[in-house]
Amino acid sequence: MSVVDGVRSPRRDRTLRLVAPVAVGLLGLAVWQLLVGVVGVSAYLLPSPSEIAAEWTANAGPIAEAAWITGVNAVLGLLVGSAVGVALAAVAARLRWIDQMLAPVVAGLAVVPIVALAPVLNSMFGADSEIGRRTIAAIASFVPVFLNTLRGLRQTTPLHRDLMRSYAATGSQTLRTLTLPTAAPYVLTGLRVASSLAVISALVAEYFGGPRGGLGAFISTSAATSAYARAWAYVGASIVLGLGLYLVTVALERLVTRLLTGGAR
Amino acid sequence: MSETINGDGVAVAANGVGKTFDTRSGEVQALTGVDLRVAAGEFVSLIGPSGCGKSTLMRLLADLDSPSEGTIEVFGKTPAQARRDQDYGIAFQQAGLLPWRTVAANIGLPLELHGTDRAARAARVAELAELVGLSDFADRYPDQLSGGMQQRVAIARSLAEQPRLLLMDEPFGALDEMTRERMQAELSRIVGESGAAVVFVTHSIPEAVFLSDRVVVMSPRPGRITGVVDIGIGRDVPRDESLRETTAFFAKVTEVREALHGTPVTASGREGR
Repeated sequence: MSVVDGVRSPRRDRTLRLVAPVAVGLLGLAVWQLLVGVVGVSAYLLPSPSEIAAEWTANAGPIAEAAWITGVNAVLGLLVGSAVGVALAAVAARLRWIDQMLAPVVAGLAVVPIVALAPVLNSMFGADSEIGRRTIAAIASFVPVFLNTLRGLRQTTPLHRDLMRSYAATGSQTLRTLTLPTAAPYVLTGLRVASSLAVISALVAEYFGGPRGGLGAFISTSAATSAYARAWAYVGASIVLGLGLYLVTVALERLVTRLLTGGAR
Repeated sequence: MSETINGDGVAVAANGVGKTFDTRSGEVQALTGVDLRVAAGEFVSLIGPSGCGKSTLMRLLADLDSPSEGTIEVFGKTPAQARRDQDYGIAFQQAGLLPWRTVAANIGLPLELHGTDRAARAARVAELAELVGLSDFADRYPDQLSGGMQQRVAIARSLAEQPRLLLMDEPFGALDEMTRERMQAELSRIVGESGAAVVFVTHSIPEAVFLSDRVVVMSPRPGRITGVVDIGIGRDVPRDESLRETTAFFAKVTEVREALHGTPVTASGREGR
């Protein structure tokens, strides 16, 4: 991509931003296909992209169904975990002792291994319940949302607080005009991180018992029956699901930023 | 402290004010025995080296801190009441604009908080933007403005509710010398039009002399008032570049400098004695 006219127009920049990653992705797939087809890496180690694509089309129905099950678990976990995270962060930002009480609990939650928790929760809620997986997704989402929100709520500067005090602003006015707008970008960053974690943990939790049917369950079943290309197709669907949820949070971030700057006019 | 205060004629009256801060290394006396009166419409600068308590004194007047001893009255009320009644406007060294609000929304912030309706607010904001020469920038965001322009927004904001008292803590401290001199001239004009009393914290001698009716000289450890210089340049004298060249101006600069450096200049150092 040579720069002919020296100055790039914004439109060309945008096209480039879309085209470049797609080109890199296609190139990667081509090299992959070449490795498997020509060099002869065994299908056992690495199925070719064309095989995976064939499995995807052959199993489009079950894949969509599995993605829906895992997706619902991830989204419900994300919503509950984020809501609790924001609420507790609001309390912790206000009361120092709550913060001190929660800090070790949150540090503990942050390092809880899904591998250890999933079987316990699955047997706790019964083998036919999705609640264990949703709980795991919620715990995974809670941590980044809580930490980022708490940080965001503490970002108001002494200068701005003095200013609000000099205006004799009420508590709720200060919250609305200063504290929340300051914290919003941090909350949204937390949500963005949590969205990926929610999908990953909902998926991984399926490896350890509970009802069959989600993406994680199918990945492990396919791999166990040596259907590697199919397992990869489900992995592909998991990536699509994770990216989808991530893009939703990015869109939300843009929306809030626009509301914040536009709404104050 | 025995003086009775006439709410009309006196903007600020401080009697025997002291402030002690508790720090980890023990108590620090930031201010002691401060007596100060500022008449309505009077421009008074507080000048002194770092640590002389000039900013602390201004924070006490604004009820952002409370005195450890002595009393303060603002228009005959407690500072807390004056703050609730919005009797003063305030500006700091940093503009302190809300970055997600436009210039217009920043200027209108106090009006919005105090329930001024949308139409009246828009009219007042337009007037203030005009006053500080930012009419063309009303829709910009703070990060699109220079430091001087941001400070003008902050000054417009402090004037939004037509306060009778302006408290300014080194508002031009972070500006370059040329911008600073221009802003001083503008502030002088704006204050002249509004008729407000001003308590202006600075560490620049020419700035204090150029703007003030009186310059209160302070000294540190502990922070106290050590002298008062009457500038005596009437309000009718235009504050422009030519004033800076006059001998009267130079004489007052010298007088304030001597007061700062401890040479006795006035017989009655303390206010109100």
